[in-house]
Amino acid sequence: METHELKRKAAQIRMDLLKMIHGAKTGHTGGSLSNTDILTVLYYSMMKVDPQQPKWPDRDRFIASKGHSVESLYCILADKGFFPKEELATFSRFGSRLIGHPNNKVPGIEMNTGALGHGLSVSVGIALAGRMDGRDYRTYTLMGDGELAEGSVWEAAMAAAHYKLDTLVGIVDRNRLQISGSTEDVMALEPLRGKWESFGWTVHEVDGNDTAALETLLRQLPTVPGKPSLIIANTVKGKGVSFAENVPHWHHHVPSDDELALALAELAKEAGETL
Amino acid sequence: MTTVNKIANRQVICETLVEQAATDRDIVVLASDSRGSAALAPFAKAYPEQFVETGIAEQNIVGIAAGLASAGKKPFVASPACFLSMRAIEQIKVDVAYSATNVKLIGISGGVSYGALGMSHHSLQDIAVTRAIPGLTVILPADRHETRRATEALLQHEGGVYMRIGRNPVQDCYESAEAIPFEIGKAVELRQGDAVTLIAAGETVRVALDAADALAAEGIACRVLNMHTIKPLDAEAVLRAARETAGIITLEEHSIHGGLGAAVAEVVVAHQPVPMRIVGIPDEPAITGTTAELFEHYGISVANIRELVADLLRER
Repeated sequence: METHELKRKAAQIRMDLLKMIHGAKTGHTGGSLSNTDILTVLYYSMMKVDPQQPKWPDRDRFIASKGHSVESLYCILADKGFFPKEELATFSRFGSRLIGHPNNKVPGIEMNTGALGHGLSVSVGIALAGRMDGRDYRTYTLMGDGELAEGSVWEAAMAAAHYKLDTLVGIVDRNRLQISGSTEDVMALEPLRGKWESFGWTVHEVDGNDTAALETLLRQLPTVPGKPSLIIANTVKGKGVSFAENVPHWHHHVPSDDELALALAELAKEAGETL
Repeated sequence: MTTVNKIANRQVICETLVEQAATDRDIVVLASDSRGSAALAPFAKAYPEQFVETGIAEQNIVGIAAGLASAGKKPFVASPACFLSMRAIEQIKVDVAYSATNVKLIGISGGVSYGALGMSHHSLQDIAVTRAIPGLTVILPADRHETRRATEALLQHEGGVYMRIGRNPVQDCYESAEAIPFEIGKAVELRQGDAVTLIAAGETVRVALDAADALAAEGIACRVLNMHTIKPLDAEAVLRAARETAGIITLEEHSIHGGLGAAVAEVVVAHQPVPMRIVGIPDEPAITGTTAELFEHYGISVANIRELVADLLRER
């Protein structure tokens, strides 16, 4: 997909997820908006996946370790044809399989996540299995920055470097906000690059809302053979909706009718402008 | 009379996995600096490419195993039951049970195997927590022969299982592995009788057999059920015992709260209320000692069972 098309696609996904959250009257809005560009680049430019064969053994894997921002993922999987787009209207409703966190009964979702600090360990296992079976698939894991306070993340970080898993790409959605406020006030993460480097990873920083920069970087990985790659994707929580950007309560704020209309207008302009 | 057995259940698991791995390259064994205590060093040596060491990191080992399983592997995690079932319980709940991955969790040195090491090293709540998790199967094999059959069954079974074994060799309950009709979820009636039913699992099965044999010599025929699978529980066998005998005594190397006794009571109380006694470790940090000393101290003993059987027969 061309770069300008990725930008347009990201705006469309944001519109879909806002409508979905508004309809369901629940959702993690801010984080889903911040990670939309990352997921768009992964699913429309990078990953080998086949909606007709969700369990294709050679597929690239995506693990949503920050499972709470599942809305963008559901919208993308529906858009790609893993399941009917109409099903998005059932999000979080009684009996729906579109639960508020990833559910692997939904085609295209590998693992149930939602409890933080699990995804990187699971990804280490998937990457190890790929090596054992001689498959060259990539495993991408998206973590929240607030999530990095979980000790199990660092157990997995150690293991990934120990086993030289260079097919593994960890991405930190570095939006600098968690539910109680700034990540640096709640539990300081900096120096974040140094932490990952000292755990044996090759670390890259990128504007995580710049689809072109993300694509360029992802295509170069791994830059150091034998080392797992970590991307610090600097993002803006609530990205794409001016009045939601960097506002902590949009973590799980549900847009009102007026807010939805304003947001959709902004995003439509974005999608249109980049046509 | 049974012969003195010197082979620990953990060794049997390793032997079985080494045999099966020769033809099944998807078997992967994971250890958390526990290959020695799990007696898995021979597997690590024979199949280094099918062995994953995670270091002392129980959360990570379960997550990695779930990832391996999601990519088609058949992972067996061997880690001390006390840590595996507590430190990694959220990974067990989410990555194994909820995600429906085919992970086999082997809790080694379970119960009071580390009797002298204190409550940190006892796993006396593991059955309570694992059996409360939907989709997880919970198994305690009685002796080395049943451990072999259980391990073989795990290889055929698709889905998450927690299997707890003890550290030390236990006296045989069966004459050979071939003699066992092992089926997950199906209790084995090891002694027939209509006086009182003794229901046991894991290392307490041998105690139940010894008690039943002693009572049989006195003319009291107790039924013994080896409830090797605590979840899913063989409710039919429990209800037959409730209908056909004067009462039920459960024996477990576990807290009296939430384990085998509770599982049996849940069935009995709803469908066929009968007098019961739940024998296990009371709600306290267990006293220091060997497994045998602790069993004796807490009444997992022939003498105590004899008294409890007499009680129940008086109530009949």
